[in-house]
Amino acid sequence: MLARDAHVARRNAIQLFLQTFLQPLLFVFIFGKVMVGSGYLPPSYKNLLLPGIIAISMVFTGIWAVAMPLIAEFQWTREIEDRLLAPIGVGWIAIEKVIAGMLQAIVAGLIVIPLAWLVLRPGVEISIAAPLTFAVIIVLVAIFSACGGLALGCSINQQHIGLMFGMVITPMIFFGCAYYPWSALKTFPILQKAVLINPLVYASEGLRATLVPQFPHLSRTAVLIALLFFDVLLLVVGLRQFENKAVS
Amino acid sequence: MAVGVRTKDVRKVYSASPPLGAAGGFIARADAKGGKQPKTQIPALDGLSLEILPGEIFGLLGPNGAGKSTTVGVLTTRVRPTSGQAWIGEHDVWKEQVQVKYLIGVVPQRPNLDFSLTAREILIFHAAYFGIGSKQRNERADALLEKFKLTERANQMVRGFSGGMMQRLSIARAMMHDPQVLFLDEPSAGLDPQTRILLWEIIREYHQAGRTVLLTTHNMEEADALCQRLAIIDHGHVIALDTPAQLKASTPGGFVLRLRFGNQTAELVQRLQSLAGVREVRASDSTGADVYADRGGSLISEIANLASNLGAELSDVHISEPSLENLFLHHTGRSLRD
Repeated sequence: MLARDAHVARRNAIQLFLQTFLQPLLFVFIFGKVMVGSGYLPPSYKNLLLPGIIAISMVFTGIWAVAMPLIAEFQWTREIEDRLLAPIGVGWIAIEKVIAGMLQAIVAGLIVIPLAWLVLRPGVEISIAAPLTFAVIIVLVAIFSACGGLALGCSINQQHIGLMFGMVITPMIFFGCAYYPWSALKTFPILQKAVLINPLVYASEGLRATLVPQFPHLSRTAVLIALLFFDVLLLVVGLRQFENKAVS
Repeated sequence: MAVGVRTKDVRKVYSASPPLGAAGGFIARADAKGGKQPKTQIPALDGLSLEILPGEIFGLLGPNGAGKSTTVGVLTTRVRPTSGQAWIGEHDVWKEQVQVKYLIGVVPQRPNLDFSLTAREILIFHAAYFGIGSKQRNERADALLEKFKLTERANQMVRGFSGGMMQRLSIARAMMHDPQVLFLDEPSAGLDPQTRILLWEIIREYHQAGRTVLLTTHNMEEADALCQRLAIIDHGHVIALDTPAQLKASTPGGFVLRLRFGNQTAELVQRLQSLAGVREVRASDSTGADVYADRGGSLISEIANLASNLGAELSDVHISEPSLENLFLHHTGRSLRD
């Protein structure tokens, strides 16, 4: 089944590539190149931006890679049924989707690093201080994004995709601490607490902590615990939703 | 060894939640406060018990909404019954899903092909899900594509296929892992006559290899032509179960005359009963009656005379010969097409 998803992903590679990377790259270009180049933002902002862009790309690739096909396959064509009838437990099909989404998210993160570096150069200093922590954070972020995609994809009908963008994705991006560090919110204490329910915050802050530790960031332990919590929560919700949807 | 199918007192009640807008949605309405709309309960199956013998072609016949697809859904792990049990061979469908899935092949009512793949890939991946080796699955895919006359389109995406081609490919896919029990949910709906005959041949051939076939249909001709035994279902339970020939013979008389009168009276209905060859008269409403009789056309002149004597003018007559359709009418008071 993983082979099937890999096959389909290869077939749609160019489309997937454009929809995943165009937006973050434009952001990198405008904020990192134009705004900094014209002096509206200090050059060090580039360093701050990079981890956030990686986080956004990973999270949305993961969500997208799982949620969109699921929404389509559970529509009236019920394309997913051939897999639901394969001789394995229904839950494993959901797990397979999560693994496929997770792999795509990791690939997305690893591709964005050199691409963003190319656009932002010169003046970006990334140092992977703790490679192991970095790897763990990448994997945890990939898992929660894929599980989030599973939960969303099984909760939403095709006619509500627009709503999903407006109500879930957009606020997640803007309150995700991707374009600013979490500590920048300290002048808005309520907001600063409220954004903590957004898992993207931990993705951005965690990558910031490992890539550009010179900037203020949440503690690594807090990030790891929070990411793990969201991984488990979204996986449980996602599996439950999937089974509800698979069996009427 | 052929495998049978059994269900016991299966009930299924769907609860349809009201649409998002009706419940207030995101914009709370003043009158929606507190009072949550009750969910609509739709009973689909009402204590359905069936026993399908190993190696037979069994038909479920009934109008739309009778519960045929729900029955197939329950037997194929896709619809969880509200109560009751179902077995494929010795395996409880809801306790041993994985073993059950190995035994069954399912052709759904609407083609649910994987639109991201080509025809050939659909078959190959399906076999791979069932753990069939790569040499064997390639051979089998080619054989089935040939049999269903799809070889020319094998490497095209199924998105552009016609309804009939998708249907054929669905059936080919269900046969890929050579299941012991094949479920076909309205297999010939939307097929042209030529393809339908091809399909019938393939089903018979499959059955001769010792497989059990369960098909649902609302087409009398198909049920008659293919099935060894038939269950007629309406409103979620079995109303008759036998061989097609026995079922047809069980309709009183065999012929049905559906009559309409300008002005029907109780006396007229009574007098119709006494005509030679009439077995049963059912007055459907104040203007019509169904007459079950041994003969058809030869009764008409007598009925017309009778009616004109009583001042009730005969306005419409429809005669049908012995068929499963009449049987359905007899059991439910409704025609299959109603």
